[in-house]
Amino acid sequence: MQKDLVSISEISKDDIELILDTASSFRDVLRRDIKKVPTLRGKTVVNLFFEPSTRTRTSFELAEKRLSTDVFNFSVPTSSVVKGESLLDTVRTIQSYGADYIVIRHSASGVPHFIAQNSAASVINAGDGINEHPTQALLDAFTIREQKKEIKGLEIALVGDIVHSRVARSNILCLLKLGANLRLIGPPTLIPNTLPKGIKVFYDMDEGLNGVDVIMMLRIQMERMGKGFFPSTREYFKLWGINQERLAIACKDAIVMHPGPMNRGIEISSEVADCPQSVILEQVTNGIAVRMAVLYLLGGSKNAE
Amino acid sequence: MRNNEFIIKSGFIIDPSQNIEGIGDLFVENGKIAGIYIKNNKKDSRKNGSLNKEIKTIDASGMYVFPGLVDMHVHLREPGFEHKENINTGTRAAVNGGFTSVCCMPNTNPVNDNATVTSYIIKKAHEQGVCNVYPIGAITKGQKGEELAEFGMMREAGCVGFSDDGSPVMNSLMMRRALEYSKIFNSPIISHCEDLLLADSGVMNEGTVSSMLGLKGIPTEAEDIMVARDILLAKLTGGRLHIAHVSSKCAVALIRRAKEQGIRITAETCPHYFSITEKAVIGYNTSAKVNPPLRTESDIDAIKEGLRDGTIDVIATDHAPHHKDEKLKEFDNAPSGISGFETALSLSLSLVRDGVLSMKQLTEKMCLNPAIITGIKAGTLKQGFSADIAIINPDAEFTVESESFVSKGKNTPFAGWRLKGLSAITISGGNIYEWKH
Amino acid sequence: MWVLKLMSKELLNTKDFERIISRIAHEIIEKNKGTDNLCLVGIQRGGVHIAERISAKIKSIENVSLAVGSLDISLYRDDIGMKKSQPTVRRTDISFDITDQKVILVDDVLFTGRSIRAAMDALMDFGRPAQIQLAVLVDRGHRELPIRADYAGKNIPTSLHENIEVQFREDGLEDKVLLIENAG
Repeated sequence: MQKDLVSISEISKDDIELILDTASSFRDVLRRDIKKVPTLRGKTVVNLFFEPSTRTRTSFELAEKRLSTDVFNFSVPTSSVVKGESLLDTVRTIQSYGADYIVIRHSASGVPHFIAQNSAASVINAGDGINEHPTQALLDAFTIREQKKEIKGLEIALVGDIVHSRVARSNILCLLKLGANLRLIGPPTLIPNTLPKGIKVFYDMDEGLNGVDVIMMLRIQMERMGKGFFPSTREYFKLWGINQERLAIACKDAIVMHPGPMNRGIEISSEVADCPQSVILEQVTNGIAVRMAVLYLLGGSKNAE
Repeated sequence: MRNNEFIIKSGFIIDPSQNIEGIGDLFVENGKIAGIYIKNNKKDSRKNGSLNKEIKTIDASGMYVFPGLVDMHVHLREPGFEHKENINTGTRAAVNGGFTSVCCMPNTNPVNDNATVTSYIIKKAHEQGVCNVYPIGAITKGQKGEELAEFGMMREAGCVGFSDDGSPVMNSLMMRRALEYSKIFNSPIISHCEDLLLADSGVMNEGTVSSMLGLKGIPTEAEDIMVARDILLAKLTGGRLHIAHVSSKCAVALIRRAKEQGIRITAETCPHYFSITEKAVIGYNTSAKVNPPLRTESDIDAIKEGLRDGTIDVIATDHAPHHKDEKLKEFDNAPSGISGFETALSLSLSLVRDGVLSMKQLTEKMCLNPAIITGIKAGTLKQGFSADIAIINPDAEFTVESESFVSKGKNTPFAGWRLKGLSAITISGGNIYEWKH
Repeated sequence: MWVLKLMSKELLNTKDFERIISRIAHEIIEKNKGTDNLCLVGIQRGGVHIAERISAKIKSIENVSLAVGSLDISLYRDDIGMKKSQPTVRRTDISFDITDQKVILVDDVLFTGRSIRAAMDALMDFGRPAQIQLAVLVDRGHRELPIRADYAGKNIPTSLHENIEVQFREDGLEDKVLLIENAG
């Protein structure tokens, strides 16, 4: 493994598999009564969040604490960033606190790369702009593997706002590396016009869901509405929302995923969200295990001679 | 240093304004060009007796002698952004790149949208500049696209063209008025062609690389649509339109067709648009963030063809220096622009080596044409004109080290490049400056 | 690897190996006066094989099946971040409660004692054993912590340039213990 995890595009299939295998062991740790291991005691992790996030930050924080690191959160509203400090100065300050890891979320693409180049700490991308969200893709792959044993050859559909979704981008890169067959379903305004080879695009949800093993729903961001991406949530749900009837078009044992937080009644009906085929809550637990694995595996590279 | 009299000996002199191309001597007296003697043509415009005296000689054998380069699109940042560049550093950087006349864009603070700012710039250039500085005035007050600026007063104060560079005039009616009104002064309207609404908040060319990096793209159509609009408005009004920094294949085709139809239009491109592609952005390299954005190989090919066939008249630098801290930022938040003075000539000379342009064509695009478009007395070696001369060593090689730029702006995507050809000696108003790096 | 093998010396052969397992099994039963409240936990990877062999042997002697768990100590090591890459985390599977049990911790080679320290810490996270005893196939000396084996198959004094390699039939090899001299 490299020093940092900034993108799926920059890691190999072997690295992805090592992370997923290691995450299995951490998944076991999370099943114990004592869910904490002393592995990274003495290490300091800074969660540097320039964008509001509850889920991802909580998941990282739990992963960090369960590995016995010292955690501190540096988030925008309380930081000096609002006072006009440059990103580089913020990073240097954090470096001076003695951070071994920086977990970074930022609204601008490429910021994790920037920090990785300017810091000795291991940098983990927790979402940058519309670029990538690698740990989400890894936890999704982990969840799929747990449910379906092997990812290679699976028919996987990503549904919704692909073009603005870092979750979708990282998932596409990750699942392609692992040999899945991908389909993108959504309105043409939300599907990128440049795509890697071999990906099928469907504007018709029913057609796209036919024969899929995994349905990954993406969150619709309300601020997209009224900007011409789609006319209304009502129309969106009618055309691209997932409900029981549509779920029946997919394979019998198809699983439904969602990175959360869900908009019930907009991209996913409550019945589907809560049905046995939904693995949405497993994704949440797996997220901790995968992030523990990433922290563990990156931790070894820093002091290497 | 000031030399009242000297001779540049045995250089290969190219001056398209007089159709001169050949090895010869160039005489300078009191800061003016005193004459040219071309050996084979037996063309001798020396004043009588000037060879008889013992005078200082610059040996230019093996070198090209050009009129000092003219750059009709630069940002000197003064007033208002002196931390990025000022008139002194900017003109010194220009001279180091072989330029002796530069036209500076109005996006300063305050904006150069009135005669007072114009006069201030000219006065400053007089005091602190080392080459000729010709301001470009704003098209609209505050470059806001709402009200026409005082073209007449600015023209009188010394502006040689009008542009809202950086903040394109989105309102077609306003652009029409500008093209109409400027006809009185015979000054070009220099258009930064970008449909801001279509560009949205894009930060690089839209395509495979933007998709790979997850950066928001600007489609090439954002440029093309505005080029098309402005051509149609130029046709409608008969105004003089100059298209700034052409970067796309489609824009080249549109301009070519407009010229075929006899529409009054000229165009420029910049070295980065024929030297590098969007791939330079990979790694979130903010020094490759520029507007219009770097495009693709096929755009480069079209730009070169446009230069070759005369569709594109001018190579300008769009020298846009920024402070180091401003570029050392999130890609989305870093300002656009490349510090271009000190690499432009070398990059452009590669067009000659690659057979895209003849040396004479290069001289036209970097000296004569921009002078004609802006109506300034430059880009020529005619007798009596200011001694603005670039003595070019076509074989000298150097590695680009941004830290050794004379310009305050170290923002270049060419850092580390091995370049060939430079202005070994630049003479500006009779003053001699040697290339430094 | 092949070059290293040339400089290796066989310390224990298949027969020795089996005798040692048998003796340790007997000693465990003898020391604990039977098999009540006993369980075995092998340290990944070699220790797991040996724990299973001991369990099988005890079954053949006493006709009692002792629970066998496997323990990976990677997450409890004291040298995290000091190596170029992190050790692979293998499976930990202790599907029984160790609280109030006498846990026989099993490893193949006892060396510095650091792995045993890590294993004991790991075990404590699973419960509160009544006792932890240590069984090893080979004790090669050079302890860095105050730890000793309750059952040692063979004491083999080694130098620090030497390595002990244990091979198992479970991995498709012949059971044996080799002494390998590190070149240079």
